[in-house]
Amino acid sequence: MSNDGTWFDDAAGPLVRPYAMTGGRTTSRQADLEIIALVVALGPVTRVQATSLDDELIQILRLVQKPASVAEISAGLRLPLSVTKILLGDLIDKQLVAFRSAVTPDIRVLQAVINGIRQL
Amino acid sequence: MAFDNSEPVLRGSSVKLLVAGGFGVGKTTMVGTISEIPPLRTEEVITEMSRGVDDLAGVESKTTTTVALDFGRITISPELVLYLFGTPGQDRFWFMWDELADGALGAVILADTRRLGSSFPAIDYFESRGVPFVIGVNCFDDGAVHEVEEVRDALDLDTWVPIVMCDVRDRASCKQVLVTLAEHALTMVTAGAR
Repeated sequence: MSNDGTWFDDAAGPLVRPYAMTGGRTTSRQADLEIIALVVALGPVTRVQATSLDDELIQILRLVQKPASVAEISAGLRLPLSVTKILLGDLIDKQLVAFRSAVTPDIRVLQAVINGIRQL
Repeated sequence: MAFDNSEPVLRGSSVKLLVAGGFGVGKTTMVGTISEIPPLRTEEVITEMSRGVDDLAGVESKTTTTVALDFGRITISPELVLYLFGTPGQDRFWFMWDELADGALGAVILADTRRLGSSFPAIDYFESRGVPFVIGVNCFDDGAVHEVEEVRDALDLDTWVPIVMCDVRDRASCKQVLVTLAEHALTMVTAGAR
């Protein structure tokens, strides 16, 4: 496609619809992957991965060298949360990332939150 | 939700709270004041199944809406991160997004005394879901000074719902609102009310 005289503009949105990245899938098998679930890469991005994985997956792996939430990954990649979850599901299936669900706000958690905010 | 593969590489875990309220009441400002990172924005596409009165029998139509969320983060301890989600703009569709409220420790509902009515949808939502909430009355410079009990009457709130006068631009004030919320949530958990 020629870049000259393009008929679209920013308002038209991305030319590649987000779900093209997910192979058309709109739901994730990782249904329990919450918006604040924490994700971390199980290792640095290898040269083999860098050439064999999709760009978006590589971007995520680079972003989660330190733990990050699904929301932070979504914001970093500028992708909707649901698309981000599907891509994360792929990385989980490939055993390239670990993840952890949110905690239930029980007495112990709430006391930690109270103390933590007071000390800010 | 015992569903993770994180042992032993991830020691930390996370919890969230919501900052809700009407348009322009200061939700994103509050998140930005108290967050340790500049607020980030994410979005979700919400699909709603609707069945209009003039539809053919059994025919459902789908509508999709993009809902934006601004959020921040507070590291409570090496083991716990708190995320704060604000619902920006005048968008009302976040009410369809039940995932947001699920598992939240509670919600701050910001209110503006010039437009108290704009907090009713959030109050109804969190009341109906049994999510602990506090009212943060954002005291704008030009807003009339209201007494807590006046606000309580105007919002028809039960006596146990905390109401805090606040300035969302002020860090100490935001801290007070969040501590009040967490203490209120603790009271509700301790009382077995959830």
